[in-house]
Amino acid sequence: MTTLSQRPVLRSYTYWLTQYRRTWRGTVITSVVSPVMYLAAMGVGLGSLVEGGSGTDGLTYLQFVAPGLLVATAMQIGSFESTYPVLGSFKWVRNYHAAAATPLTPSAILAGHLLWMATRAAMASGIYLAVVAAFGALRSPLAIVALPVCVLVGLAFAAPITAFAGSRERDSGFAALQRFVIVPMFLFSGVFFNVSQLPTVIRPIAYITPLWHGVRLARDLTTGDLEPGAAWLIPVHVLYLAAFVVVGVAVARRVYRTKLAN
Amino acid sequence: MSDDAPEPLIHARGLVKRFGDFVAVDGIDLDVMPGEAFGFLGPNGAGKSSTMRMIGCVSPPSDGTLRILGLDPRTQGPRIRAKLGVVPQLDTLDLELTVRENLLIYGRYFGLPRSVARERGDQLLDFVQLLDRADDTVEPLSGGMKRRLTIARSLINEPQLLLLDEPTTGLDPQARHVVWDRLFRLKQQGVTLVLTTHYMDEAEQLCDRLVVMDKGRFAAQGSPRELIDRYSSRDVVELRFALGDNEVAAEKLAGLGDRVEVLPDRVLLYAPDGDGCLAEVHDRGLAPLSTLVRRSTLEDVFLRLTGRSLVD
Repeated sequence: MTTLSQRPVLRSYTYWLTQYRRTWRGTVITSVVSPVMYLAAMGVGLGSLVEGGSGTDGLTYLQFVAPGLLVATAMQIGSFESTYPVLGSFKWVRNYHAAAATPLTPSAILAGHLLWMATRAAMASGIYLAVVAAFGALRSPLAIVALPVCVLVGLAFAAPITAFAGSRERDSGFAALQRFVIVPMFLFSGVFFNVSQLPTVIRPIAYITPLWHGVRLARDLTTGDLEPGAAWLIPVHVLYLAAFVVVGVAVARRVYRTKLAN
Repeated sequence: MSDDAPEPLIHARGLVKRFGDFVAVDGIDLDVMPGEAFGFLGPNGAGKSSTMRMIGCVSPPSDGTLRILGLDPRTQGPRIRAKLGVVPQLDTLDLELTVRENLLIYGRYFGLPRSVARERGDQLLDFVQLLDRADDTVEPLSGGMKRRLTIARSLINEPQLLLLDEPTTGLDPQARHVVWDRLFRLKQQGVTLVLTTHYMDEAEQLCDRLVVMDKGRFAAQGSPRELIDRYSSRDVVELRFALGDNEVAAEKLAGLGDRVEVLPDRVLLYAPDGDGCLAEVHDRGLAPLSTLVRRSTLEDVFLRLTGRSLVD
């Protein structure tokens, strides 16, 4: 009988937990200070210049931008935790290779690390959500459901990027990923303004980004404005994000098998 | 098994490892019995590490039969790895964590309860003389200390079979002797050791039986003594002549001993009786600048079998 803590996934997860014990203070401070700064500057400061209207779904700017920033944070965490830590585990620290010599399979090594990335997304998003609540920007108790949405978004980025990072020999692609994928998404996927404000030809590009689907879900939940006519969109958003996780995990499993059992 | 002989811990027949068109291991047969200390010798690129990775069940064989602890690595990898200890060629320690944390995490990988991993970890740190550094981070430790920590880590699951890929490469002589001493103790406790090395003295010190690998195949196998008897003479006489005189001297030495080998800086005479041979060198009127009579070593065997040219 293997008890729960004996599951291979959790054994591989322990490594990241032990690692984190050395750095948790810094990340917790960042997780608190960063939302306070963004919400104060964007939500309150810039928001004082913004008149609520169709561009903000009739919300105050703080109410509008807070769920966007919340989800964008989950994206940032997911995309950071899946780049350098993954490449480093293969190339620099080589902790994956250490684990591969034990009963752990490449899949368990991957799953433990993804579980850790999900944990990081949950921690940062939980703190973010609490700060948003402290700013008085939540209008519905449904907002608590935004937390699992954030984890889903974190993984929708982390899983495919893990596959990408795992197949790299150097870290040279990571800056480009940040500059040409993550930052444009942050700016144009409905975090700061409604995608309907974009020129018609560009709008479809925003719609296919996973971030937009996450932002839509989170904004529905923190405001509680679930229009009956648009309810069908909720499972679409969830499934769209889940598809990124599923495909990302499938490709990453192949990468890990090739690298750790060749 | 039909007879009562114990089952080999490693059993390979026609074992092959290919990477694309490159054949790293080219059909080797191998049996390693419980309690043996077995060594792979060979130049870089001979296929030692590829063989070790297949035995360690992190690299599936391309062809042939392989059984580790009686199990098939293709289907039972995790079960086999649970009973192996591995000291890889490159250390895979986490430099930011402490010595003890490295052991605890590794113990967790094997599913050991925390308390067991902790107790065993401290015993092992004592065994490799690192207990006083248990709470220090790994980063500032010397190469020899890191190597000893890797060895301690490989023993956390009380393995039946310990695989060591170049255990002392890059260590200073003091550190090498400490590692050898610890490995020798493990051997006396009955742990089966399989190691690769290109240090002949290491192979002679530790191995009951060894193979010389070259280009993916076994060039020779046997105990260190057997290999020396088969591929070299009992003694070697080393003669140094003035620069450029080696070839001339070699002609006059013809017929002496079993074999004459001319190197750029000296001439080697392989002979059953080195002192007698040297006396005859002087009788023939040769006056080398310096002479040395010594016993044959594995290094002589190794160089004879794998050649003196550099393999890069």
